[in-house]
Amino acid sequence: MSYPYLINRLLLALPTLAGAVTITFILLRVVPGDPIAMMTGPGATEADIAQLRAHYGLDQSIAHQFVIYLSQLITGDLGTSISLRQNVGELIAGRLPVTIELVVIAMLIAVGFALILALKGTFWRGRWPERLVDGFIGVTVAIPDFLWALSLILILGVAIPIMPIFGRMDLTISFDSWTNFYLTESLLRGRFEVTRSVLYHMVLPAVSLALPLMAITARVLKSCLNAEMNREYVTLARTQGFGRLKVIYSQALRNALVPATALSGVQFTFLIGGTVLVERIFGYPGIGNMAIDAVINRDLPLIQGLVLTFAILFILVNLLIDLFITFLDPRLRHV
Amino acid sequence: MSDGRADLPLTYRIVHEPRALFGLCVLGLMFLAAVLAPWLSPHDPLEQDLLSSFLPPSWKENGDPVFFLGTDNLGRDIASRLIYGARTALIVALIAATMAALLGTVLGMLAGFYGGKTDMLISRAVDIWMSFPAVLLSIVLVAVMGAGLHAVIIAIVIIDWTRFCRVIRAETMVQKERDYVSSAVTIGLTRVRILFQEVFPNLVPLLIVLLTLEMGIAIVVETILSFVGLSVASDTPTWGNLIQEGRQYIHQAPWLLGLPVACVVMAVLGLNALGDGIKEVIDPETRQ
Repeated sequence: MSYPYLINRLLLALPTLAGAVTITFILLRVVPGDPIAMMTGPGATEADIAQLRAHYGLDQSIAHQFVIYLSQLITGDLGTSISLRQNVGELIAGRLPVTIELVVIAMLIAVGFALILALKGTFWRGRWPERLVDGFIGVTVAIPDFLWALSLILILGVAIPIMPIFGRMDLTISFDSWTNFYLTESLLRGRFEVTRSVLYHMVLPAVSLALPLMAITARVLKSCLNAEMNREYVTLARTQGFGRLKVIYSQALRNALVPATALSGVQFTFLIGGTVLVERIFGYPGIGNMAIDAVINRDLPLIQGLVLTFAILFILVNLLIDLFITFLDPRLRHV
Repeated sequence: MSDGRADLPLTYRIVHEPRALFGLCVLGLMFLAAVLAPWLSPHDPLEQDLLSSFLPPSWKENGDPVFFLGTDNLGRDIASRLIYGARTALIVALIAATMAALLGTVLGMLAGFYGGKTDMLISRAVDIWMSFPAVLLSIVLVAVMGAGLHAVIIAIVIIDWTRFCRVIRAETMVQKERDYVSSAVTIGLTRVRILFQEVFPNLVPLLIVLLTLEMGIAIVVETILSFVGLSVASDTPTWGNLIQEGRQYIHQAPWLLGLPVACVVMAVLGLNALGDGIKEVIDPETRQ
């Protein structure tokens, strides 16, 4: 992996980002709802409204607003949220750690269980447990995270109430966080009761996000493993007396991971998009939940900032997946 | 084809594929509920009866057999609301999926068949489209257009045409290399005519599979938008509205959330199974 390659990849992402920024900006400017009318009380005079409109730059033409927005964006200023009256960059920076921890845990769950399912399914190839694994994957893959979240709330939150279904941690615990990365920070500071509570609250939202990704990854990985199992090197290793399990783990898996990661990579970005609804359903204070509030309040600067954040996350995840593939397959490193 | 049943009629084979059969049953039930809603529903879905609010389903304690699946906070009959909800779900699914398929297929066919600049332009647009979080984009779109069923349908079309476009483009590129296209060129057919009269019929099986899967997605998107409060007005019974309302009484009356969630899950599972089943029957290459 060379630096020029990395820089090239990052530069290639710029037009996509620019496209996303422009489309969001234009779309939002034709919104029929008036954000200023929503923030002023019924007693506001025309002059008050006009003053506020001028304060947020909404009295300028769309083209002029876009120029102002871009020049601010270049200096890293995302503007001021209309509904929360704070700097958008600070608002997002405060909420982003919540979503990042949730997404990372969800991805770990998804990948972990996908590996188990695919390996077990391959190990039991052609026997009835394989059909069981396939059936489980088939049902799981069809149901989106949103429905998993509601179903899990009904089953593990209401019918058998063993799991918390709201918030990020117990409100009875006080934890003065410096970074808002509760999980990492509480571990480092030795506040394990916080870690426990955060993890406990994370289970249902993380599993809801993880299940669809787990299923699709397991399905792709399993079919790639199956293809590998028919290759000659596997037959050779088997005739040399290596057990089936040993061959799958030490040889087939590594080769199958390359096409499997390439094929299921885009699904990781779907998981990030899924946080919008899942965080909403579980009252989880991340950027996804914030995004819905921002849309409902017609908070233009905040929506723009959040869409940009999501687009950057998408691009970063795609980059990481590419790096992982080149790490697995040395042949790709010289391309 | 090694399968001895390959020469049997397609409908026969589809009906004898277990997953496709399950999907057809679910779709058939939804269709019946949607068409016969006024006759099937035991009550008017909007009729309020505040004296009998929060009644549990009739098989539970305190249940009232008049309200088979119970009532909501305003005493409206859940069974009737679910039946009318199926109507909205099916309308959205059929219209949105067909329109998305139309747009995506035409663009995908053009990109795949003509290649070059046409392909580059369309593929680039698909790439940019895919860099948006789909859920957020649909919420923003409906917020822009104002809530309502038409906005929901347009949002689904604007977001999901890319699904059709990518797959149809790839398949068109495969078909283009087949001998029948060369033959058509030799006998002097125009390119447009080859594309729409010769290539298109070969894309239909794939299109049916995609369409079935897209209907499932459309039902979920409608539910999501109702859930966020951006679909149709809340007095119209849709599964999403029922979920949104049920969520507020989750401890008091869990069936208000459970029943519509079960409906959406069944619909989505059924449409997915139908798509997978048809794919298996018409495309032996995907069989493992």
